Amino acid sequence: MTTAALLAALEQGCLYGIMALGVYITFRVLDFPDLTVDGSLPLGAAVAAVAISSGIDPYSAMVLAGAAGFMAGACTALLHTRLGILGLLASILTMIALYSVNIRIMDGPNRTLLGQPTFLDDLETLGLPLYQVTPWAMAALVLVIACGLIWFLRTEYGQAMLATGDNPAMIRALGVNTDRVLLMGVGLSNALVALCGAVVAQNQGSADVTMGVGTIVAGLASVILGETVVGAATVSRACIAVIIGSILYRIAIALALSIHIGPWSLSPSDLNLVTAILVVLAMTSPRLTRRRSS
Amino acid sequence: MISIRGIQKWFHRGTPQEVHALRGVDLEVAPGDFITIIGSNGAGKSTMLSCIAGALSIDAGSIHFHDTDVTSWPEYRRAGLVARVFQDPLRGTFGGGTIAQNLALALRRGAPRGLRPGVRRHELAFFQERLATLGLGLEHRLHDRVALLSGGQRQALTMVMATLRRPELLLLDEHTAALDPKTAAHILELTERTVAEHGITTLMVTHNMAHAIALGNRLVMMHHGRIVLETRGAEKAALTVTALLDRFHDLNAASDRMILS
Repeated sequence: MTTAALLAALEQGCLYGIMALGVYITFRVLDFPDLTVDGSLPLGAAVAAVAISSGIDPYSAMVLAGAAGFMAGACTALLHTRLGILGLLASILTMIALYSVNIRIMDGPNRTLLGQPTFLDDLETLGLPLYQVTPWAMAALVLVIACGLIWFLRTEYGQAMLATGDNPAMIRALGVNTDRVLLMGVGLSNALVALCGAVVAQNQGSADVTMGVGTIVAGLASVILGETVVGAATVSRACIAVIIGSILYRIAIALALSIHIGPWSLSPSDLNLVTAILVVLAMTSPRLTRRRSS
Repeated sequence: MISIRGIQKWFHRGTPQEVHALRGVDLEVAPGDFITIIGSNGAGKSTMLSCIAGALSIDAGSIHFHDTDVTSWPEYRRAGLVARVFQDPLRGTFGGGTIAQNLALALRRGAPRGLRPGVRRHELAFFQERLATLGLGLEHRLHDRVALLSGGQRQALTMVMATLRRPELLLLDEHTAALDPKTAAHILELTERTVAEHGITTLMVTHNMAHAIALGNRLVMMHHGRIVLETRGAEKAALTVTALLDRFHDLNAASDRMILS
């Protein structure tokens, strides 16, 4: 693996680490498997792309994207808590609805950002070539978000959120409206995923309605890989583990795609298969090592 | 004064599995009352506690705390008034959190939760002081995860959590039934001490008739969703386990006759 490939994996890992932190909130903190993310990532990208091309500055566009993601998550949570639809199904419904919504927002299946201002322009002013700066800028961004999330999970509200995922009956008896906490949590999660989508769109220069396919799998792979390698004993450790998991996941994908056995090699369309195998390995490896040692 | 008037509760109403769990229960609870509740399985004891806590909605009747009608309040809103300890030690605590985090959550029972730190440093001394009264050494383990504790330790912690912020009403739902006899005796002793010390109004469901007689100032027996016996004071103190068992026997014989006739 070349240094350039490693830097690219670091960049992608940190960038999609924002999304993985969102998945961590639903999957681990709230224990609410949420597939909305496959729709809210392109939603964030679409909102940011449309906002930027209509003259809104890139940072406000990212805030708008986050707000849109929050609403998508809130929609899933309300389908579940108010209408009693099974959580997983509620999130699938929001996800497929978002496909249509995203095309409406972009007025087509994609939207280019070529020639438009992006937040990357500000990085160029640093004077270094963009391919060198971007990975570190992404790393800084995901670390700031992780610190924010760690701070939040240690507040009174964050603690109530952790307890809601762990023991909802207990925290309800202590006076917490668990339906509202779920709404805030799933909303926050999807806000992060949409923000990630907004950054991805600016980074690759376009938003595309299909860019969200496989988001949840990548997110879960990152969370589980991180837990397996780093551990999740405390909230801060778990959050850092998610980011490291996300980077490891991108490295693993890059390695897998670089395999050549004679004339045979993996193609990008094999990515989902590779991801699925990776998740299975990450989930079962603790069990396998335990069995071997006992 | 807590007034429970004519509460009725059905499960699966209008279906073949319909159960009429509470058939008009009336109970006036005076401040400082410690009422023990006994009855056979399916008598409606736990259902009544769940209705008072708001975890179950009632189909008829009303529940008042002083002059406030709380009948339509959801469980989380009643939490400022009611604290509850369940039979299952795992239900009362949040296993992924530390002892300190659990106590901090309980300290804010019924209060709004904002963005201030979940556990504040100056609270730790108070937590240690309260944990020390348990005599289990938990005061030295504030930052251990609750999942590491035994069932008895978790139930003791739950008792502390329930009374950390004095509730208007404490509901104990067979809270010693899942514990070994030695631990159960310890939790019961702790219950008696805490309730007396803070003068907490308490309802305690139990299957142990000796405990029901020994603890509290009033005793209530439930059967088929109704209160069938209420004693207090000297009359309660004079009760014996045999007398209560005879009473149970009569009730069951009576309901068997009803079914056979």
